[in-house]
Amino acid sequence: MAATSLMPRRDTSSILIVGGLLAFFSLLGIIIASRAVDTAMSIQALTFAALTGIAFVTLCLWAGSLVDRDPFDSREYEDTIVKWGVAASTFWGIAGLLVGVIIALQLTWPTLFYFAEHGWTNFGRLRPLHTSAVIFAFGGNVLLATSFYVVQRTCRTRLAGGMWPWFVFWGYQIFIVLAATGYLLGVTQSKEYAEPEWYVDWWLTLVWVIYLLVFLGTLWKRKEPHIYVANWFYLSFIVTIAMLHIVNNLSVPVSFTGSKSVQVFAGVQDAMTQWWYGHNAVGFFLTTGFLAIMYYFIPKRAERPVYSYRLSIVHFWSLIFIYIWAGPHHLHYTALPQWAQTLGMTFSIMLWMPSWGGMINGVMTLSGAWDKLRTDPVIRMMIVSLAFYGMATFEGPLMSVRAVNALSHYTEWGIGHVHSGALGWVGYISFGALYCLVPWLWKKQALYSKSLVEWHFWISTIGILFYMISMWFAGITEGLMWRAYNEFGFLEYSFVETVEAKHISYMIRALGGLLYFAGALIMSYNLFRTTLGHGEASPREYSPSEASRRTPALQPAE
Amino acid sequence: MPLRGSPSKMKGLSMTNENDIKDVDAHSGVETTGHSWDGIKELNNPLPRWWLYIFYGCIAWAVVYMVLMPALPALPFTNGSHTPGLRQHSDRAIVNTTMAEVAETRRTEANALLSASLEEIETDRDLQQFAFAMGDSLFGDNCATCHGSGGQGSKGYPNLVDDVWLWDGTLEGIEYTLRHGIRQEGDDQTRFSVMPRFGADGLLEVSDIRDLTQYVVHLSGREADAEAISRAAPIYAAQCAFCHGAEGLGDRTQGAPNLTDAEWLYGSETSEIYDTIYNARNSHMPAWSGRLSEAEIKALSVYVHSFGGGE
Repeated sequence: MAATSLMPRRDTSSILIVGGLLAFFSLLGIIIASRAVDTAMSIQALTFAALTGIAFVTLCLWAGSLVDRDPFDSREYEDTIVKWGVAASTFWGIAGLLVGVIIALQLTWPTLFYFAEHGWTNFGRLRPLHTSAVIFAFGGNVLLATSFYVVQRTCRTRLAGGMWPWFVFWGYQIFIVLAATGYLLGVTQSKEYAEPEWYVDWWLTLVWVIYLLVFLGTLWKRKEPHIYVANWFYLSFIVTIAMLHIVNNLSVPVSFTGSKSVQVFAGVQDAMTQWWYGHNAVGFFLTTGFLAIMYYFIPKRAERPVYSYRLSIVHFWSLIFIYIWAGPHHLHYTALPQWAQTLGMTFSIMLWMPSWGGMINGVMTLSGAWDKLRTDPVIRMMIVSLAFYGMATFEGPLMSVRAVNALSHYTEWGIGHVHSGALGWVGYISFGALYCLVPWLWKKQALYSKSLVEWHFWISTIGILFYMISMWFAGITEGLMWRAYNEFGFLEYSFVETVEAKHISYMIRALGGLLYFAGALIMSYNLFRTTLGHGEASPREYSPSEASRRTPALQPAE
Repeated sequence: MPLRGSPSKMKGLSMTNENDIKDVDAHSGVETTGHSWDGIKELNNPLPRWWLYIFYGCIAWAVVYMVLMPALPALPFTNGSHTPGLRQHSDRAIVNTTMAEVAETRRTEANALLSASLEEIETDRDLQQFAFAMGDSLFGDNCATCHGSGGQGSKGYPNLVDDVWLWDGTLEGIEYTLRHGIRQEGDDQTRFSVMPRFGADGLLEVSDIRDLTQYVVHLSGREADAEAISRAAPIYAAQCAFCHGAEGLGDRTQGAPNLTDAEWLYGSETSEIYDTIYNARNSHMPAWSGRLSEAEIKALSVYVHSFGGGE
């Protein structure tokens, strides 16, 4: 903090406030840990105190080393945070996929990795660890990193808020660590994709609201007259996730020093709130967020204009208006009133074309550069991601039809559907963005190895196909077995027989997951060697005209 | 793709105005919106027609569906309920009707099961078929978890397919076991016996249990330590023979297993036999009389009896 008073021209107040906040939270963590009413809370509070404490000390050391350098020079983009985001995305991606492979093996061979005396290795604890790690840790970091990169470039201005973006980034990592360790300790509020307990929810709310303010602040001081379409999508993602997160996690802590809370909603209202949240987490985290990535990285990489501005307007507004109503399709044939099921189903059907608008705009952007599908594996990865996106957003409305849902619900078909979207769409568009970002951020001519990208692409694509097809097969098989009756109206198969019937499919699924995981390892290696400047990744000097595009200082070229 | 629509129509949706210099993409010949973000431009292509018409079609389909089915809540004329839809569809009503229909079709057979003896059910072709269908379904839902989906059992859970029975393999015996369970608390007619925990409760020395283990191995006709057998013989006679018999043939009235055959519920390894003597097993099966109907218990008895081991 020593440097803060030396240069009055620089606005470093955000360093002081963030530092103070971290110190406060670290202290709070220690107090809660000392009075914790359960062991899990004391471990969680100590973890929190340690992480915020480390962040505070690091911040102090860094601020002390500034001397007279302006850490938030408005003539430069804030790219260091994006580099950290790329690293975090890669790290959490590998971790999340690894846990996915482990639980796929546990399902296939239930005695594998089963240690009765170590409850934290049970499927029930590892499963939320996998889903949260891939969605929120991997996906969330990709969204943070790319949004910080894209909003600066397309607004031609440095990130707003000085130190605050760093608070968002590291605060989000702390959220991930608390959630993950909490799952292993058995702390959960038993809401799918919203398992963390009240204190983690409160922390994320703080981080997320600041993320929103940083993003809005950057848009506010933009030097472009109009807001680029990718930023509409990022904004819809940030705003809606804030709303969903707060409403679905409304709960009353049993004790402020305990890890347990009681939900405000109960019964079918709770189920409806949960699936309003769960469905729109897919809609506004995994769809609009990653469409934002698509809208920047595909035209940028292909060096072609976006296909249709009008389509982007119409599909954006229709998508966000319709998506928010479709949640009840997760509760067909349950205690949910039928009128709500009707609304969920009809809005899901109407959602088909608004979803496809993004695919059309992305794929058609390539017109005039179709040859790049052959020559540039990164472009191919992103276009194939749109193909998976189109397939999953057709399958989704199909599965929301009650008659289809009667067969598909609770079966492996649902798992297959989710993963064609997750591995194919979210994974591939993210990998594409990471492959673009690393040479740009580290100022290299190209990636370390293009052929490794080819290997990644083909190994992962085969993995996805194994995964999807085996889960379709398993899902339809068990769906049909569950509904099979004999001539006297008795069930033909017992539950355990339907489990036995899926064994081979489970083996193929685990293999598919393993291949996908192997692909991600190849990518990490390739990205790491790129940052070191090995192979084809020689350092890049920019011509003056190019260099001008890499800083926010100049006026827009309009 | 060429532009459609008049220039005035274009103006509403595109950001161009007449003073801008037109920026046309060389490859497609389509005008851009005139802006560039970090080098990214946007073409002013119209909405693809097929996309728009399918979108309209989906909306029209949704409207029709909402008219036909229960849909909109909280309207002034719905009295706090929702629009019932022209088809007056109700899942709840359909489930009730279907369940009533199934119960009706089963009533005759279920009544027949109640009035017939187990032997009659097993020998009458129609009754038998119905009992098998009912038993198969009940077995899968209630019994397969422990006894396996084919009744083959597993370690600690008896195989129902073979002809080895701990208690009773007759129709009536199986029915009795189903009804009252084994070592079921709160059922005073349950099948009950207790093997002492010889090691855990300190009734025998560890060395005695080791000797007894050898003795039991010897009983089943396998090689064992001769000295241990001679040391264990008096212990066996004093502690084990009362239930398992002097020859080790077991006693079904007490659920005491035959020790001379090759069938082992908890494993035939020396260490497993040692564990059994040390800790005893005294496993448990629930009584089903409160959970299943009379007809269901009868059907299950016949079904289990037919596995191949029934006596």
